[in-house]
Amino acid sequence: MAESVKAADDSRAPVSQRPKTMAPPSDIRDIGALVTVNIDGQDVKVPMGTTILEAAKKAGIRIPTLCYHEDLCIAGVCRICVVEVDGQRTLQAACAYPVTSPLKVKTHTRKVRQARRHVVDLLLSTHYGECYSCFRNNNCELQALAKECGVDFFRFGHPEQPRYEVDRSSYSVVRDMNKCVLCRRCVRTCIDLQEVGVLEAIGRSANTKVATFLDKPLGEVVCINCGQCINRCPTGALRANDPTDEVWAAIDDPKKHVVIQTAPSPRAAIGECFGQPPGKALTFELNTALKQCGFDRVFDTNFTADLTILEEGTELIIRLKKALVDKDPLVALPQFTSCSPGWVKYIEHFYTELLPHVSSAKSPQQMFGAIIKTYYAKLNKLDPQDIVTVALMPCSAKKFECNRQEMCSSGYKDIDYGLTTRELAQMIKEAGIDLPNMPKSNFDDPFGTATGSGVIFGATGGVMEAALRTVVELVCGIKVEDLFAHADIIPVRGFEGVRYAEIPITKVGPVPDILKPLVKDWNWLKGATLKVGICHGTANAKKVLEDIRAGGKFSECHFIEFMACPGGCLGGGGQPIPTGPAIRAARAKAIYDEDKGYAIRKSHENPDVLKIYKDFLTDGPCGHLSHKLLHTHYTARGKYIV
Amino acid sequence: MISSRRGNFTFNGIAPEAGLKAALQKGRAGVIGELSASGLKGRGGAGFPTGVKWNLAAAAKSDVKYVVCNADEGEPGTFKDRVILSDFAPLVFEGMTIGGWAIGAKKGVLYLRGEYIYLRPHLEKVLAERRKQNLLGTKILGKDGFDFDIGIRMGSGAYVCGEETALIESLEGHRGEPRNRPPFPVDTGFQNKPTIVNNVETLTWAACILSKGAAWFKKIGTDKSAGLKLYSVSGDCTRPGVYEFPLGITVAKLLGEVGGENAKAVQVGGASGRCVPASEFARTLAFEDVPTGGSIIVFGPQRDMLRVARNFMDFFVEESCGQCTPCREGNVKLLEGLELLEEGRCSMRYLRELCALGETMAVASKCGLGQSSPTAFLSIVQHFQDELMGRMHGR
Amino acid sequence: MLVTEQEQLKAELQELATRHGRRRDALLPMVQEVQRRHGHVSSYAMQVIADLLDIHPVEVHSVVSFYSFLSARPLGRFVIRVCRTISCDMAGKDRVARQLENDLKIKFGETTPDGQFTLEWANCLGMCDQGPAILVNEQVFTGVTPEQVHGILEQCRRRFSAHALAQTAEHAV
Repeated sequence: MAESVKAADDSRAPVSQRPKTMAPPSDIRDIGALVTVNIDGQDVKVPMGTTILEAAKKAGIRIPTLCYHEDLCIAGVCRICVVEVDGQRTLQAACAYPVTSPLKVKTHTRKVRQARRHVVDLLLSTHYGECYSCFRNNNCELQALAKECGVDFFRFGHPEQPRYEVDRSSYSVVRDMNKCVLCRRCVRTCIDLQEVGVLEAIGRSANTKVATFLDKPLGEVVCINCGQCINRCPTGALRANDPTDEVWAAIDDPKKHVVIQTAPSPRAAIGECFGQPPGKALTFELNTALKQCGFDRVFDTNFTADLTILEEGTELIIRLKKALVDKDPLVALPQFTSCSPGWVKYIEHFYTELLPHVSSAKSPQQMFGAIIKTYYAKLNKLDPQDIVTVALMPCSAKKFECNRQEMCSSGYKDIDYGLTTRELAQMIKEAGIDLPNMPKSNFDDPFGTATGSGVIFGATGGVMEAALRTVVELVCGIKVEDLFAHADIIPVRGFEGVRYAEIPITKVGPVPDILKPLVKDWNWLKGATLKVGICHGTANAKKVLEDIRAGGKFSECHFIEFMACPGGCLGGGGQPIPTGPAIRAARAKAIYDEDKGYAIRKSHENPDVLKIYKDFLTDGPCGHLSHKLLHTHYTARGKYIV
Repeated sequence: MISSRRGNFTFNGIAPEAGLKAALQKGRAGVIGELSASGLKGRGGAGFPTGVKWNLAAAAKSDVKYVVCNADEGEPGTFKDRVILSDFAPLVFEGMTIGGWAIGAKKGVLYLRGEYIYLRPHLEKVLAERRKQNLLGTKILGKDGFDFDIGIRMGSGAYVCGEETALIESLEGHRGEPRNRPPFPVDTGFQNKPTIVNNVETLTWAACILSKGAAWFKKIGTDKSAGLKLYSVSGDCTRPGVYEFPLGITVAKLLGEVGGENAKAVQVGGASGRCVPASEFARTLAFEDVPTGGSIIVFGPQRDMLRVARNFMDFFVEESCGQCTPCREGNVKLLEGLELLEEGRCSMRYLRELCALGETMAVASKCGLGQSSPTAFLSIVQHFQDELMGRMHGR
Repeated sequence: MLVTEQEQLKAELQELATRHGRRRDALLPMVQEVQRRHGHVSSYAMQVIADLLDIHPVEVHSVVSFYSFLSARPLGRFVIRVCRTISCDMAGKDRVARQLENDLKIKFGETTPDGQFTLEWANCLGMCDQGPAILVNEQVFTGVTPEQVHGILEQCRRRFSAHALAQTAEHAV
């Protein structure tokens, strides 16, 4: 039923920054052969081609690193990880040196210690770092290295004045190149991991700096605001645009009714900011903490995630009907998801001709804002003008999204401020609240009921799984559990970059009430096979879009989930730093565990959602009012910059 | 422009295509055997045995391989490759063709530095002639299955592209930033295919060796540094230019030949080489003593060694690729140190810190540029400390 | 830039891309040719090249900014590069440089207001035995003395006016 697409080796990173490609052993007996590396007197057996750094990790020996990042290809440029290899005149970068024959390595000789000290000294001599006022204070790799290498004074000086103006032009990402140490992790993230191509090294020698095309402000280039560069920056050179002060001001203002919605991914990760191991969700502790901070209401974004499933699912049914029943040649299929704002901006820049494929449904964050400033305001007799909507998101692109001009169909800005996981953690700390030890409390009504479907939005494949749970039940008239044990649709889960699945519709059921205005029966879907695709990370999105352009198998899909960030929202650009495959896997586990714990696990069974269609959005999903409030349109931005 | 050639050059007496014909006769293994026996080492400065390099590339399993001629002669004080390219281009291309034959490559690239763009028309003409004479193209000299052709690619003003992996990056359309090694180009080079990158002079000698025999070459020079070498001589001497001498010649003898007897120091190996003071003029120019790519810059008695050092550091600060920390930031610190010395504000303690930093740069930098950039600074500080220290402000 | 100029440039770049192959390794030959013909690699040219080679514009910019002979800002019709490396320095490049500044009334790194000349430093031109050396576009001058500077500049000006005259004549026909 499911089938994986193997990612081709088409890395676009400069060869100097690509992982080692080892020539296949000429002798068949060498394949998978083990070599012995002696590190500081300790023998460790590793497969051929393992780097010294990996071998040392295996032996439990720590080698400090800076430009190295698990998610990225090897650069070998910072030279912090240098070690002495027996028989070599110069020191070798442990991160970049593949072991192909027995080696003797020493990791902390005088030469090595002096070199590391010097490297840190040199970095500090150009790093205009004001540790006290830096958001990475205590979570900065350069700071930690200085301590580890025993830096006790600025041997080669320390800048007293900033060299560059801080770039605050973007709603999402702030760049302070005075703190940049030129490890180029952001460059490798942007060009290689995400293939967006906004940041590169410009200039040469000591004038090298990481910059955008023509050194334009970030707000004016093709940045999609995914913030993956922030997650991988070792220092405070990249950070999210922080609205904490404005949020505190709203809380302090007695006239304002401050409402916060929390998304599942930050809840699964915020504990990491409080010294908890990754993978421990603090959803209900957070509710209490937020109330203590002074938020008037705490809502669960899952509610509008469920709403999104109904809106987006209905839109899909409309498109399918147009294509299959009305034989409309202009209908754009496959339909693309629209909840990842980084992804939306990506397609607006790079694949403008495919924009009609993007679902017009707003993201859950924006839907919630629109509902709060209309339905909720009326229900509670509040003037929407006095409501301040805050969203806790794992995402830096959400900050851009809430500032999109089209996002105010109620007459008010849907969402006033987007907070990242990191920023909210800081607010909670500032309020002196010990989050992990807070008592648990529930979300506020009238959106108190959530389903497991909303929770899994946080992981790649989650939106698709949630949509399938609903579509299968509504169309086939059977329980999802009859098809997939525990309603876990395993084929769409996982971390593979691009995934594809087929669900045959063997039988159809009666049309549920909520969809009756749209379709009379499901007979036109009988015998059809629902084809879906899932991808995460814009580099993978690019593969799928290119496949569609070329008329490949993804062009025959009906619905494709796109997430800008590797791993989906749980790996978002607003999540705690550091990130890595193991951390993201732990967060995913927390999310799927939370899903299991819900009594209701399907969006269309959420009573609060059904109630809102009964009481407020009375013309049903994709009806007139929901179109006005819950749907949006897109801008073909293109990639040319004048 | 006047000719830079001084004295007789072996290249003059080489019969055209004698080397290539001998190579085809000897077979691939024979060529590599001959080169190994000759003891020829890389003439660009690094001194890697050419026979070993070709052998590794020949042994690498791949349908596609490349021969790259490194004509990115950027080392300050070096201009012998310019002379070879303008006067002996056929011999260079012959050397490349022999390389292609030896390792099984069909394509050669000559990477010519942008500063030498005026040589390009001449080189293209020589290539066209060779194609006409079936010295390039398919079935070269009637040899079945031996196809080889050469293209010219230009540099654009970046010294670091003389580093072989940076050169390959540049050929592939990237910034000239050196790669991590291993893997080496002989295994993973241009377009990730096995590639030999050889200096212009090395390839020319390879052609001579095939023509005149390994024994002839091996006999000249010293045990560890066999054969002849071209020296680019400039600075305070009466007869600057390009000379051919055996390796192992003493600095003093060379100075006598070029009219630089009263020198107070000689920079051997260009900006990345070391400064040899008069007291050490008995030393030899050889891989085992003072290695050089052929750059000899003579400093007369009146030269201010601080200004010399500063010129070199200016050069490296400008030409570092900016990729790795020790080279990018370290060279700036050394330059700033020289400024302090100029102003008479550098403490002995700080000078020692800088020398230690120089040692770090020499071992911790990513490529040869950063590793050799502090050499001039360190040797000048070592030998002329007295001249450098205690300057009066404003002098 | 006018739309027609953009169209023209685009066609030119497409032709170049066809000649060199639409692969990343065609990047340097392409930007070198654009630099030679237009005196710089404009932002529009960089974006078109990026499109043609399926890379990002910032990558083209990154490469252009790395090499000293490539420039994103317009250079003069004649780019004068004075070798500042050790042998030319010892041979008296400072005086030649000063004279160039005096005659052109610009500093190094600048372009004359009429767009004719740009003064730049170069690192080792490989003319160390015949310094001071300067490179004017693709022509090298060696053993340059301060009093020769005027003549070299005049030679450039004459070449330009001859060229301009020829062009006007062409248009007249």
